[in-house]
Amino acid sequence: MNAVWYYVQSDSDFESKSGPWEDDMGLLTSLKSSISRATSSLFAGSEPKRIGIYGPPNAGKTTLANRIARDWTGDAVGPESHVPHETRRARRKENVEIKRNGKSVTIDVVDTPGVTTKVDYNEFLEHDIDKDDAVRRSREATEGVAEAMHWLREDVDGVIYVLDAVEDPFTQVNTMLIGIIESQNLPVLIFANKIDLEDANVQRIANAFPQHETVPLSALEGDNMDEVYDKIAEYFG
Amino acid sequence: MPEITANDDGDDPTNPGDGSGGAPGDGSSGAPEDGSGGEPSIDGIQIDMISAERIEGMRTMEKIRLILDGVRDGNIVILEKGLDPDEESKLIEVTMSEINPDGFTGIEVESYPGAGSNDSGLLGRLIGRDDPNKLTVIGPANRIETLHKDEKLISTLITRT
Repeated sequence: MNAVWYYVQSDSDFESKSGPWEDDMGLLTSLKSSISRATSSLFAGSEPKRIGIYGPPNAGKTTLANRIARDWTGDAVGPESHVPHETRRARRKENVEIKRNGKSVTIDVVDTPGVTTKVDYNEFLEHDIDKDDAVRRSREATEGVAEAMHWLREDVDGVIYVLDAVEDPFTQVNTMLIGIIESQNLPVLIFANKIDLEDANVQRIANAFPQHETVPLSALEGDNMDEVYDKIAEYFG
Repeated sequence: MPEITANDDGDDPTNPGDGSGGAPGDGSSGAPEDGSGGEPSIDGIQIDMISAERIEGMRTMEKIRLILDGVRDGNIVILEKGLDPDEESKLIEVTMSEINPDGFTGIEVESYPGAGSNDSGLLGRLIGRDDPNKLTVIGPANRIETLHKDEKLISTLITRT
């Protein structure tokens, strides 16, 4: 199956292009879209669920998205980096078909920018990035975080929350995001990533969020991916 | 809980929302810094403790402005009852839109982690452990550093710059 990565335009961009005079067109477009969705679902079964990959910066979200994409579509996708906020726009890969135990589950994977409450361009300077580029990156990063929050509130059907198993999970961003996800009644799986590293502590993550299932993995090395796909099929199928 | 600020200019601090009555973060409650009279300049950190009662009737954006205006003035804002998840989500979004390279770098927020489903349900709600609106401390990102955090203790360092 062919799958395509999209850079997703933020809702605010869409909003700026619409006006009251476009309401009728919007209704028609919406109606067409609804009919199209209903028709396609008649012939193709249920719509793929949009699964957002969320988490703090540098947890390995894009590495995981790439791993899933490579395993099931063969595509090489977005750049991975140790520099925080490398992913500054949400990216979507549609129609990722995951086959488990004789059944198949089709999802759209939405790789989102790492969520934070602060962005300081000086952080980028520490990674040998010049000031102009650092300022540009920090501006794009703030836009990306806002976009990720927008998606979470309105446009995803489930969440994979990725944490770096080496880092302390008791951070405010994690607490707030898990709370926001729960308030939306979205199904959520917590992935404890980077278990290939010596200091990884999966149990600490499980203890921090006992109300959710924690799955250990290394997206980079491909460790425990069978269980990862079992759980994705179970939770989001 | 009454609102307490380090610098009281005599305005009614319980007057909500109009932004002109000495509300936290409106920039009017600080002591004079030019030494030209009035109260002496105080070298310290202003802490605005905002009661649940004060923000109870506010709209989401009014709460967010109250918080961000205070934080952008360099104050520490303590909410007796924190924001709900949707408001937290919008707080992050608005904060991101206000970050600029030459000044505001964002916020640091501290509150206790959620109790989790082990404590939810009827019993959890009855004993109050299921309430997401917990005491919350918000300050400028460049002034607050978390030293330790778990379910029962948050230890934070607040600096002047």
